[in-house]
Amino acid sequence: MRFVEEFRDAELGAALAAQILSLLEPGRHYKLMEICGGHTHSIYRYGIDDLLPDEVEMVHGPGCPVCVIPMGRVDDAIAIAEREGVTLVCFGDMMRVPGSERTLLEAKAAGADIRVVYSPLDALRIARESPEREVVFFAIGFETTAPSTALTLMRAREEGLANFSCFCNHVAIVPPLQALLALPDLSLDGFVGPGHVATVVGARPFEFIPAEHGKPFVVSGFEPLDILQAIEMLLRQLVEGRCEVENQYSRVVPGEGNPVALKAMDEVFELRDTFEWRGLGEIPRSAFKLTEAFAAHDAELRHELPGRSVADPEACQCGEVLKGAIKPWECKVFGTACTPEHAIGTCMVSPEGACAAYYNYGRFAREGDPA
Amino acid sequence: MCLAIPGQVLEIVDEPNRLARVDVAGVKRNVSVGLLDAEEGGVEPGDWVLIHVGFAISKVDPDEAAATLKLLEQMGSEYEQELDELKGSSIE
Amino acid sequence: MRSEERVLEIIETARGKRPRFKDELVTMAHGAGGKASQTLIEGLLVPAFGSAALAELGDAGAVEVDGIGLAITTDSFVVRPIRFPGGSIGELAVNGTVNDLAVSGARPLALTVSLVLEEGLPAAELRAEVEAIAAAAEAAGVEIVSGDTKVVERGHCDSMYVCTTGLGRVDPRAGLGTGTIEPGDRVLVSGPIGAHGTAIMLARDELGLDAEIASDTRPLWPAVEAMLEAAGPSLRCLRDATRGGVASALNELARASGVCVEVSEGSVPVLPEVAAAAELLGIDPMYIANEGVLVAFVAPEGAAAALAALRTAPGCESAAEVGVVKEEPPGMVLVETGFGGRRVMDLLAGDPLPRIC
Repeated sequence: MRFVEEFRDAELGAALAAQILSLLEPGRHYKLMEICGGHTHSIYRYGIDDLLPDEVEMVHGPGCPVCVIPMGRVDDAIAIAEREGVTLVCFGDMMRVPGSERTLLEAKAAGADIRVVYSPLDALRIARESPEREVVFFAIGFETTAPSTALTLMRAREEGLANFSCFCNHVAIVPPLQALLALPDLSLDGFVGPGHVATVVGARPFEFIPAEHGKPFVVSGFEPLDILQAIEMLLRQLVEGRCEVENQYSRVVPGEGNPVALKAMDEVFELRDTFEWRGLGEIPRSAFKLTEAFAAHDAELRHELPGRSVADPEACQCGEVLKGAIKPWECKVFGTACTPEHAIGTCMVSPEGACAAYYNYGRFAREGDPA
Repeated sequence: MCLAIPGQVLEIVDEPNRLARVDVAGVKRNVSVGLLDAEEGGVEPGDWVLIHVGFAISKVDPDEAAATLKLLEQMGSEYEQELDELKGSSIE
Repeated sequence: MRSEERVLEIIETARGKRPRFKDELVTMAHGAGGKASQTLIEGLLVPAFGSAALAELGDAGAVEVDGIGLAITTDSFVVRPIRFPGGSIGELAVNGTVNDLAVSGARPLALTVSLVLEEGLPAAELRAEVEAIAAAAEAAGVEIVSGDTKVVERGHCDSMYVCTTGLGRVDPRAGLGTGTIEPGDRVLVSGPIGAHGTAIMLARDELGLDAEIASDTRPLWPAVEAMLEAAGPSLRCLRDATRGGVASALNELARASGVCVEVSEGSVPVLPEVAAAAELLGIDPMYIANEGVLVAFVAPEGAAAALAALRTAPGCESAAEVGVVKEEPPGMVLVETGFGGRRVMDLLAGDPLPRIC
């Protein structure tokens, strides 16, 4: 696979790891946050945490759009799915996320018509093929995914596909970062930035982080070499006393983002006044809903939703994990009451969740291992 | 929400709906290239694009990719050199 | 606060216990070959049915008759669609059953075939499957000695389900068991992984992917026999890597023997198209079902001979040594990634649904 395998080269990885070592200030401990769940997944999947020196600690951030959806919204999706004549269509990632009583997978087992798709276009196809069904697409994702949903909705409107609607849970990347940076106990040295979100929004929206908060920020790709290179670039900024936004993922990220994608989002979506985020509470102007022009395809207008705000179970510490305040294994129920097969919270059940990544890939003792 | 993979555009298969046939190491899929409709006419056969949930969300620039790798290889060869010097110095 | 090591210890202790089946509904996850399947089998079925042979959790059950070791196995095939690139449900049924016997060290002798047919199934399709079953049985050298047929109303069984029972005779050269693996043993894989599951996913046409990927279904007795001949006494354990893929097979055996299996990701053979399709869907090929791949645990002194013999069997030309057994951490599978770092490879929690994340 071109543009993929070259960026998984072990020799270059070893060279980068050595380079990183050479940039460390003696006696200093570094805390770098990787924002995006995709990066967390990659870090554990490729054993990057195994290759990094102990002095460089990766703190897992809130960039997992599945993890941040509160239970009440999952309940809403299940309520829609359980209505007569409705086919709920969603990405595989959502199936095992717990609502207050059950997951979408369990609702499906109990008879709800819930189908997994790879693309919102597949949801559109299902709507075309089953005109007698109310097809509702459960849309999730940051700005990486929102433009695709936008184009899909524009297509639905063009075709007059009356039986297709969208339950929109798209969220924006900058507001949770602002909320995070406002937290008093945060002590991070730099950020590994979300490379795919940046293909849409560009690098500029992140400039406030070095400018107002004094932390270096490197937009990073998702292959292991990308992540290591981004870490190297962050450490280099610290050594050289620089503090700016850099773009490691230059082969894919245009500095100014994608104007066509942004325009499509502008036409289809507008910002909600406020939205509840798991762990971060209500954040104003942080999530998207459909504009009036697309009201006919807005599932929230077509279906009555319970719309309750449901607090996380008492044992659940997803909020703290999402803020990077605690490591996955530091959660009281990690691995015991909360496991991937029986999860209490989203961080353990989302493929990009920090708890899932650590449990599925990182869960082994490293000290004293034979070389 | 970041799973995206590079693929090469084979041909535009549905012009009005902006669908292109894309190849990823032998696996083909129809993908919407509507998000890459810039003034210059958008995507052409032979272009490399980044695919996410059935949409091309960005082009992949082979020159930039090569430049990135070259930088890493340079770093790698400096590392090799240091390693050699280290080995050389330990012999005495 | 507890240390990381302490947390890991607590988790491993909990996982070492027999799972309890507490789910309220059967979900698709229970059929995926991952954790839910394990909980169902170990938490409900084994305690209820109770025999020592069953508790071995081998691919076939051992029965002794007048000093002769027999192996008996059963399987159901519910694949959808019933015809796909590389094979069909009938072929799968024969090969799958034969392979369960083969990896238990038993020469396959006889099969029974039970057909559950859907009302409205065209006779031409039925005929095609019946012929496929006959052909596969002949190719595998087994006789079909008994059978059954049922018909259910339209909509109650996707075209047809095929259920089989297989009987084999344990080969004297084999001393296989699930709890016999030791540190130092080598792990072999008989061929490229992930082809079958990927072929099925593509054949369902729900994901819009197009590729030349065919199921790898084939009878594996020739491969087993070759290894028995070349390295019989060194063979510890063989496993058919079906539902849940190679990852599940390795995890089951690591757990049964209380050892650590360390796999070198770069050594595991995968066809480029399978790797690409899996990458697109965000699934690791190690978890995708195979129908013609086995994993073998061989004592170090016999590994080279076993591998050479394996490569002579049809379909096993790219067999490879992919890992080694270590003492610690017990019951776990670790992977040395292609990139150089290490990670855990656990059983899958659910069904490998295509992800976008």
